Amino acid sequence: MREITLSQAVNEAIAEEMRRDASVFLMGEDVAEAGTPFKVLSGLVEEFGTERVIDTPISEPGFVGLAVGAAMTGARPIVDLMFGDFIYLVMDQLCNQAAKQHYMSGGKLTVPMVLRTNMGATRRSAAQHSQSLQALVAHIPGLKVAMPSSAYEAKGLMKTAIRDNNPVVIFEDKLMYQDKAPVPEEEYLIPFGVANVKRQGTDITLIGTSSMVQVAEKAAEILALEGISAEVIDPRTMVPLDEATLLESVKKTSRAIVIDEGHQSYGVTAEIASRLNEKAFYHLDAPVLRMGAMDVPVPFSPALEDLTVPTPEQVAANARKLCAGELIHAA
Amino acid sequence: MAKAKSNTEDYLRMYRQMVRIRTFEDNANQLYLSAKMPGLTHMYSGEEAVAVGICEALTDDDRITSTHRGHGHCVAKGAEFKQMFCELLGKAEGYCRGKGGSMHIADQSHGNLGANAIVGGSMGIATGSALRAKLQGADDVTVCFFGDGATAQGLMYEVMNMAALWNLPVIYACENNGYSEYTKTEEIAAGSITARAEAFGIEAHRVDGQDVLAVNDLTRKLVARARKGEGPFFMELMTYRYHGHHVGDINREYYRSKAEEKEWKENRDPIIRFRAHLVSEGIATEDDLDAMNAEVEKDAAEAVAYALDAAYPDASEVDMHVFAA
Repeated sequence: MREITLSQAVNEAIAEEMRRDASVFLMGEDVAEAGTPFKVLSGLVEEFGTERVIDTPISEPGFVGLAVGAAMTGARPIVDLMFGDFIYLVMDQLCNQAAKQHYMSGGKLTVPMVLRTNMGATRRSAAQHSQSLQALVAHIPGLKVAMPSSAYEAKGLMKTAIRDNNPVVIFEDKLMYQDKAPVPEEEYLIPFGVANVKRQGTDITLIGTSSMVQVAEKAAEILALEGISAEVIDPRTMVPLDEATLLESVKKTSRAIVIDEGHQSYGVTAEIASRLNEKAFYHLDAPVLRMGAMDVPVPFSPALEDLTVPTPEQVAANARKLCAGELIHAA
Repeated sequence: MAKAKSNTEDYLRMYRQMVRIRTFEDNANQLYLSAKMPGLTHMYSGEEAVAVGICEALTDDDRITSTHRGHGHCVAKGAEFKQMFCELLGKAEGYCRGKGGSMHIADQSHGNLGANAIVGGSMGIATGSALRAKLQGADDVTVCFFGDGATAQGLMYEVMNMAALWNLPVIYACENNGYSEYTKTEEIAAGSITARAEAFGIEAHRVDGQDVLAVNDLTRKLVARARKGEGPFFMELMTYRYHGHHVGDINREYYRSKAEEKEWKENRDPIIRFRAHLVSEGIATEDDLDAMNAEVEKDAAEAVAYALDAAYPDASEVDMHVFAA
């Protein structure tokens, strides 16, 4: 199978859906000729023109608000939010407007829009360009949250997001845009709410999101050399969450670590760990451990920034201890 | 008062719609004061000529976005009393199955995209609706209602910039009732309101919001031009709210005098003025209009009685409509 980058996969997904459905359009800062600073959308304006690939002013609440209104009245906008950090700017439009329209109208209004943005530290971009805000969005009822972990996942999840009749926020990891993976030529979609068991194991379950799936897989390789069999699961979507697959795995392995790049406190890892504790408590041989980013603004200095994000070695070390029956207190 | 036209039917419908709004509000106020209505509500009485003058220039395909003071827009855009009162009382037969209430009432069947409890919150939605119309080659126009208080919100400037850049078919209708909640607008708004739109190259008009024909004439012209791609436009409608910021705001002399309220109610009331015009032009007699008022009051009383007896939504609805299928 051919291998393409995550960036190309997202580009293909959007192009295919724009060809399929005339109501899909794209808007955001520097999306047209520039194709975004990450070049993810390069070439789309040549095929679809400036009517459907719209460069906006630097007005995040404004253009996200426009997307909400366009979606409510029959279009299917894809909004490019250049950095995930800008989610703070658009919270009213996303959380008060987009998320609640369907519910507040008793099911009469729908908001089929996609907000694609990014997340992730370790690019030396400092505190206002390095955040992972998926937990913030996942906290709001009415918003779906997808986190692709590879080019294959990115394409399939993006196509599903565009066809979904709800507001969907997709967080892509900035460090993964150039990562290649096998992606079929033929069309496929990845349904929301179906986790992917990336690696089978029997001793411990490692649940990772986005780039933390790679971290979990590397940890599993380290552990395998020591005779510890780790199962690795990518939930793919935080909302809806495939709780059943996670519970099934934990009931088999009786131990789990949840890894996400958002801050650890009140985060995605806390939510998943808590559900496993509530629903699989008597199957567990150890408390479910969570590993998020440190609760600090992301520092600039490489020497400091690298300390803030979970590493395969740290995950393996914690897994080793859990499997040996040692109690670990989460940070 | 703008010059009379020959269209009797239109005039009588506009009068009736203004009376329907006033009657709806009087009933809603009573429901609230008698503790039969839960939550918060914000009365539109006094501003009827704005909603009616504008919405009578629109079709069901044209969209509006509304404000937390949204009952008047909802009635003017064609909504029915029964579903409206049911919504205000949180009943299952309400326009939003009781999930929206006064501050979120929407009526998609007539193009009302909904009231919004965030001041200025619907400006993006209205402009996005207009962007969709342009992209899809549709000829509908969207009117964005908002108050003078909302002109202090940054979102307005972001969306007016884009609307002007892309010639979107949207009309920004600023209902200037002189007060941002409990504060005189002149204390918190610098410069002129129309100049805010003019800064983006948007054609802006100031109009007497108590004169339904003046509002209607201007809106008809602007809607026709917006359909042809000449938009966006901005209207500042000078009006007045008779009640407080919300129904509980009763003792308000600390920010607004009784004399001022009396002046507007007695000398600038949009219904009294239009009624006098209809009679003096021979379009209707006092008796005709009294009969119309009585009919509207009867409709409202029946709708209130119906809504009071109507069923609340079943408990199973509480987690319905979080997500669309």
